[in-house]
Amino acid sequence: MSATLLIFALLVGAVLGISFWLGRKARSSEGYFAAHGQIPWFINGVAFAGDYLSAASFLGICGMIAFYGYDGFLYSIGFLAGWVVALFVIAEPLKRLGRFTFADALASQFESRGITLAAAISTLVVSVFYLIPQMVGAGALIRPLLGWEHWQGVLTVGAVVTVIVVTAGMVSTTWVQFIKGSLLVVFCGVLTVLIWRRGFSVDERFLLHVPAPTTSTSPLEGKPFVLDEQGQLFKRERDGTVSQVQWTVGAGGRVESINGRPALSGKLLGVGSVVSLPNGAKSTGPLGPEEFITKLADSEVLVWKKEVHEDARKRVWTIWAPTVTRGEKLLLPGQHKLFQGIAGALPQVDPARPETAAARTRALLSRLDFLSLLLALFCGTASLPHILIRYYTVKDEQSARKSTVVGILAIGCFYVLTLFIGLGAMTSGALDLTDTNTAAPLLAKTVGELPFAVISAIAFTTVLGTVAGLIMAAAGAIVHDLLGNVLGKKLSDAEQVRAGKIAAILVGVVAMILGIQFSAMNVSFLVAWAFNIAASANLPALVMLLFWKRTTARGISAAILTGLFTSLAWVLLSREAFENVYGLSADLAPVPFSQPALVTVPLGFLVLVVVSFFSPARRR
Amino acid sequence: MASPHSTSSPSPSPQSSQSDEAVSVERFNRRLGLALFALYTTAYAVFMALAAFFPEVMALRPSGGVNVAISYGFGLIFGAFVLALVYLLLAKKVGAP
Repeated sequence: MSATLLIFALLVGAVLGISFWLGRKARSSEGYFAAHGQIPWFINGVAFAGDYLSAASFLGICGMIAFYGYDGFLYSIGFLAGWVVALFVIAEPLKRLGRFTFADALASQFESRGITLAAAISTLVVSVFYLIPQMVGAGALIRPLLGWEHWQGVLTVGAVVTVIVVTAGMVSTTWVQFIKGSLLVVFCGVLTVLIWRRGFSVDERFLLHVPAPTTSTSPLEGKPFVLDEQGQLFKRERDGTVSQVQWTVGAGGRVESINGRPALSGKLLGVGSVVSLPNGAKSTGPLGPEEFITKLADSEVLVWKKEVHEDARKRVWTIWAPTVTRGEKLLLPGQHKLFQGIAGALPQVDPARPETAAARTRALLSRLDFLSLLLALFCGTASLPHILIRYYTVKDEQSARKSTVVGILAIGCFYVLTLFIGLGAMTSGALDLTDTNTAAPLLAKTVGELPFAVISAIAFTTVLGTVAGLIMAAAGAIVHDLLGNVLGKKLSDAEQVRAGKIAAILVGVVAMILGIQFSAMNVSFLVAWAFNIAASANLPALVMLLFWKRTTARGISAAILTGLFTSLAWVLLSREAFENVYGLSADLAPVPFSQPALVTVPLGFLVLVVVSFFSPARRR
Repeated sequence: MASPHSTSSPSPSPQSSQSDEAVSVERFNRRLGLALFALYTTAYAVFMALAAFFPEVMALRPSGGVNVAISYGFGLIFGAFVLALVYLLLAKKVGAP
């Protein structure tokens, strides 16, 4: 284990060292922007990937695929598709305005404090929402590596990054993103080849569909669970047999026992396994990419579902029960509870049975949720302030285009790999039942300690780089836009730097607190919320500014604020927020589905058009 | 392919001293971009519709191989790459023949 830690520390140290060194160099040379004009298109293209493939792409998507199969892959598809919008629709017209960012482009067209205020608030909120999953991911990485608690990981990363930002300023340079981006894609490629070569083996650790124990007790009144004489808990199956489960018992928010042993010595076993292969084989041996998918489709996989019950003594039993699932089913959308309604046909309403109408409504809402997610991913990329900036780090339009293509290639390759890494984790026997985000590092651990150290280090530096960049962007919005332009404070250079550092510390602290609050959620899911908010707030303003002459300053401010606050409110009132963040029953949530984009993006367009018609056009 | 947007131009851009050539290159590239965008968006929309309303199509496995859901997903990823390359090859730049 110590060798693993050493490699991890060396790699993280090396990337940080390089970033400090290059950061210093950039400042002493011709200055930040001049240096950027010199970046070769290929380097810049890979740096696109470095910027875009955050902890969410790596940890969240792999984790979601490992637990729910195809549903995680939907994120890969949507995250890449968003680049098409950025490349073909937004980037070049925006560049022709001669401006680099959303706020700049708006300011170049209108002279309006309201717009600067709206754009700054939107940048701030989107950055913070993008920061949350990065912090949650950081905690998830630290846990298997150092054995720390999630919150300790979040605090460590938050503190390290805040120190970096405050002492070194803009560290996350193009070259560092280039190093990270290439390392990530190359090592995921290596990991994928190792997974193909390992193939699948049948795992017989868990007792499934065995005869019920002769003497047993039922700890939970009215529930199908029995304890045998050795104290092992089983779930009663429909066919009269029983299957082994994993469980914890707790009271007053504290876990007292794990799998029947005291909390200190008990452990949940790693899950994710194939229980039968085609033709009764015990293992497949090395597989090709296509065979890997078809073999899995024809196998049976154990999928664990969580249930929470209270016994007569008010103790809380958290039980994970396995279900034998056809591989085929996991390679289709609809396993995640969010999308359950989309698998299978829409239920027909039978007038004699009112519950069928409710089932149909639920299925319809779940389809809307699904469409809304795919829409948010599609529209979100081009609306993220920090993505468009990189389009302008090369000299001319031709190299900008070339580097975008390189970026799309690198990102696309990575997303293809996520499917194999996720499915590999699903069958690795190493998944942590309590945390979907740790799937990829835990999978690497089953391949060897070295891949584990390398993958963890890459993911960790990715988190550091992304978090540093986001904190800088948020601090910039506070100091430059809010203090400088909106409140009209005239600050000297030194005062601006000091204000920036104070703002960075504040944003860092907020991010740490939220990172701990949201720790129970999958990071891809959280990133999708950031995409929803970015798309709702920024996309209508951006598209209409570029393609509709009649757009007015008031129309834009109104659209940004409406999109921002409606999507934010929607997200905070969703079932997922109620259940995982506030600890309330999901049924209390007032919004019908959890991804707002389907409603709030069109609403933004509508508000923009209506307000523009009723306000004077004063474009420069 | 949907017809590219014909509304004449947004933005009187800041560099108003642009040559006629620059304007026509700009217009060509914008139309090309919007046409490729329309193509990709159609493919993406069909994917969304299939996944949400025709799960039985997504589950089809031509000759026992990889199912439509996964093939289509890979297709969208590689399709983005192909369209980006097409754009790179066809987009004009000022000063080129």
